[in-house]
Amino acid sequence: MSTENTHPSPARPEWPLYEVFVRGKRGLNHVHVGSLHAPDDRMALHNARNLYTRRNEGVSIWVVRAEDITASSPDEKDPFFEPSGDKVYRHPTFYPIPDDVPHI
Amino acid sequence: MSGDNIYTALSEEHGGDTRWAFGTGFTDALAGVDTTLPEGVDGQDLALYCQMLGDDALVQAQRLIHWVTDAPELEEEVALANIALDLLGQARLLLSRAGQADGTGRDEDAFAYHRTADQFRNVHLAEAPRGDFARAIVTLLVLSSVRLAVFTRLADSRDPVLAAIAAKAVHELAYHRDYAVSWALRLGDGTPYSHERMVEAVTDVWPLTGEPFATHPVEARLTAQGAAVDPATVRAEVHDVLTQVLTTATLQAPPAFPEPVLAGRGGEHTPELAPLVAELQKVAREHPEATW
Amino acid sequence: MSTVTAQAPPEGADVQQAEFDAKIAADQRIEPRDWMPDGYRRTLVRQVSQHAHSEIIGMQPEGDWIASAPSLRRKAILLAKVQDEAGHGLYLYAAAETLGVDRADLTDRLIEGRQKYSSIFNYPSLTFADVGVIGWLVDGAAICNQVPLCRSSFGPYARAMVRICKEESFHQRQGYELLMRMMEGTDAQRAMVQDAVDRWWWPSLMMFGPPDADSPNTRQSMAWRIKRDTNDELRQKFVDMTVPQAERLGVTLPDPELAWNDERGHYDFGEPDWAEFKQVISGSGPKNAERIARRRAAHEKGAWVREAATAYARKHAQEATA
Repeated sequence: MSTENTHPSPARPEWPLYEVFVRGKRGLNHVHVGSLHAPDDRMALHNARNLYTRRNEGVSIWVVRAEDITASSPDEKDPFFEPSGDKVYRHPTFYPIPDDVPHI
Repeated sequence: MSGDNIYTALSEEHGGDTRWAFGTGFTDALAGVDTTLPEGVDGQDLALYCQMLGDDALVQAQRLIHWVTDAPELEEEVALANIALDLLGQARLLLSRAGQADGTGRDEDAFAYHRTADQFRNVHLAEAPRGDFARAIVTLLVLSSVRLAVFTRLADSRDPVLAAIAAKAVHELAYHRDYAVSWALRLGDGTPYSHERMVEAVTDVWPLTGEPFATHPVEARLTAQGAAVDPATVRAEVHDVLTQVLTTATLQAPPAFPEPVLAGRGGEHTPELAPLVAELQKVAREHPEATW
Repeated sequence: MSTVTAQAPPEGADVQQAEFDAKIAADQRIEPRDWMPDGYRRTLVRQVSQHAHSEIIGMQPEGDWIASAPSLRRKAILLAKVQDEAGHGLYLYAAAETLGVDRADLTDRLIEGRQKYSSIFNYPSLTFADVGVIGWLVDGAAICNQVPLCRSSFGPYARAMVRICKEESFHQRQGYELLMRMMEGTDAQRAMVQDAVDRWWWPSLMMFGPPDADSPNTRQSMAWRIKRDTNDELRQKFVDMTVPQAERLGVTLPDPELAWNDERGHYDFGEPDWAEFKQVISGSGPKNAERIARRRAAHEKGAWVREAATAYARKHAQEATA
């Protein structure tokens, strides 16, 4: 029922919107750092490199057209995420271990 | 926000948070590099050679600076500023090396601000008027292709400082060329109008493409000493690159480069250079005793 | 961006409002696809886009000095700083776009003079000392304004501000460092610094906006936690911070009423000329027309380049991109 798109329709002549993800260093996930406009994928990478990695921020960049992202709706928060809220056994602190057991 | 330090709130909330992918640190291209002049390399020649390469970068950066607040899109202002910053960085290292090599101990600013225009050693293509965006892209394409070819070989220079500067610059120049290629394709193969602009830009720039391959006596001597790269040796390679880029951009294959004739390397310049140098040096010359 | 909806629970407007209020009360962030009151959205669009415009127009007063910076080190610093401002404008436009406006419209509003930006950038920068003073005072004031905005209730705005504040931490310091060097230089340099301080002090105080009593939007913005401090609170904080810095530098701030007030534990200071402020912000500043004309010229002159890239993208849309 959410009618508020994150971004307006791309049916305009301007360069489309891209979302940018940067891997800060090896071993880390790519994280969303923001968005930008570019005429195509290749230029989006150029722009992302110039805009979001001016200070050595990244070792890898992903760009994706904003309109190609499928998102869960905020209204679905409950059905989507609540079922995992009670699965406390997924968390390590669920299991009491005496302090004198090493390396665990 | 605490009273005495406005940045406290920042460090408190986000200190050490790697999720933000913030940049950290920088690397010193010359860390641990021996600055002693290698045996058999002429210091005066090396100083002139460093000015040639340094002035190409400084003058080109000075032209690019004017795109910031004036480019077709904000993203391109950021990109062109990055390229200008890279070139400024190269110029500073090279001019500093010039002052070490000639034994005067002059710093980068002594060269940038206290030489007259006819003491600059850059090629004419670097000082040519800025023109429109197509002209800027073709100029950048040619200059970055030449410089990348030269610096790739210069990374093996017997002068360890020059070798280190070149090794760092190669990555920057490869990006500059990549950026110029991307735009050359889009303008050449974009609209009929942009295609025309590119045709005109190539026509305007081409007469200036012979000079960068002319070998100055300083370059010849230093090449023999293993410290420099003779630009004549990269001529064919650069022509191949440009032919490939321009034909992919649906433009005609370019004619051969004009005859390589020395000009800027010997201090002969077009009337375009003097106003550029005057603007560069304006504040510094108004306050000769000042410190900045 | 498309939305996959598993279920559409019937929710009335009151429920949505109540949920929104609860999030604000709990100091949670509002995200773009959450329901939000129209007024909240309008206020944010206005504030974020004006903030973006200010970054972009703010490139010009200093940008004019890049070509003539008196050392290569200063030239690189200044170029990097002005480039940052372009980047910050882009971050903020992106944040504004999550509210459903698009950048092309915002650009039009700017170059047609339909939307405001910080009045400070309508003053001219007359000497190289202005570069230092803009860094010290104008960026100093901007940081006072912006640091609390890192906790703004609208997520994309707050995140953009975190990034911007981190990056701007060098902007004020480079300005102050330049001024320290100049104050150790020649008499002419010291005079340049004092002259620049005289010209920029009052406009810097005006950057915090009109006094709280005349700022009708402040109360609502604070209730929504878009803003976290009032204009007058931030202005006081700025003055308290800046006076000792001025003393250390050896310059005089051009306000005869400036004096430490032991009772309040703050500096007292004079009232800026609010009539001038209103004039400048409504477009009659010394440089207003020129600043906008420059941006408009760049935009119009660049139209064929943007069109070429769009045409190329259309032609090559089928090709796989590496």
